[in-house]
Amino acid sequence: MTTRAARLFLAVSAARLFVEPAAAGEIPLPERRSSYEFMSRETRAMQDDDTGNPGTLWVLDGEALWKRKAGAADRACSDCHGDARESMKAVAARYPAFDPARGRPVNLEQRINACRVGRQKAPALAYESKDLLGLTAYVARQSRGLPIAIAIDGRTRPFLEAGRERFFRRQGQLNLACAQCHDDLWSGKLAGSPITQAHPTGYPLYRLEWQGLGSLERRLRGCLVGIRAEPYAYGAPEFVDLELYLMWRANGMKIETPAVRP
Amino acid sequence: MARAIVNVPARAKRGEIIEIKTLAAHPVETGFRRTQLGELIPRDIIRRFVCTYNGAEVFRVDLHPAVAANPLIAFTTVATESGTIAFQWAGDNGYAVTETASIRVE
Repeated sequence: MTTRAARLFLAVSAARLFVEPAAAGEIPLPERRSSYEFMSRETRAMQDDDTGNPGTLWVLDGEALWKRKAGAADRACSDCHGDARESMKAVAARYPAFDPARGRPVNLEQRINACRVGRQKAPALAYESKDLLGLTAYVARQSRGLPIAIAIDGRTRPFLEAGRERFFRRQGQLNLACAQCHDDLWSGKLAGSPITQAHPTGYPLYRLEWQGLGSLERRLRGCLVGIRAEPYAYGAPEFVDLELYLMWRANGMKIETPAVRP
Repeated sequence: MARAIVNVPARAKRGEIIEIKTLAAHPVETGFRRTQLGELIPRDIIRRFVCTYNGAEVFRVDLHPAVAANPLIAFTTVATESGTIAFQWAGDNGYAVTETASIRVE
């Protein structure tokens, strides 16, 4: 290599470093791990055994709701979608997905409520209500074991970038970004608990700390309060963008719904 | 909606020790917690769990506060004969759930 060529090569390498600082912070594929792998043997056993997994209670509630007629249209989910085990297979693995009606991505909860209001003519279910969690868990359960497959196209790219920007933005009184813990320090501990890589593989999930099932947005609120930032409202566009980025970041990892976490 | 899940092996050999697992949907409010306004949240717990094997009681639990929500109760018994294993949960505010499972002993 001539001196000039070597100099050019170095300049190009330096430029690359400048262009991709965000990508450098992200976790390399071989090191990517679900939070499941950070859990104790007992908590893993709880998730793996359907009769020991308390999330099953919500899934069974969701199954009952799936078949129950509701609203002015007097229709059940199953009247249009049939057997969820077939029709809802792999659906949760591609949410948040773009909704042409709203012109932006919506998460699974919003999609279910859109069906409820638009097709069943019933009032929307409240976020974190037993019914919405049950239905979401039942739908997402049909994707268990399937890889997350968020497809990004021209319509969703701006929202993915907004979510990524939010993940790397320092915020709150502690002035912390999500990436500082979940990209850079995931092998460490925070107050004795493992810091995980923040892959949303099992939502809605049963958290022992909550003594119940909760959504990804509830979990994100916990992190935001932890860094003393004001949490976004449930269903806020900022939340959905962040969910989209997190799911895209976990592309290829297997869905575990309903997962159990400490 | 009071819901419970029981897991009993469908068949077993005579004299075999079988494991039975139960999971009941229940908030299990201890009665010691307060709301953000300082009001005491009334106690709402499961008080008793009974398991009968063809009518004979084989396992019973008296429960108190300091139990997690949606309690999992797992225990073992000896498979003596084919028949029905019945489960009963009872608690505060008229909480009562029954569940049955059948077992074939060969």
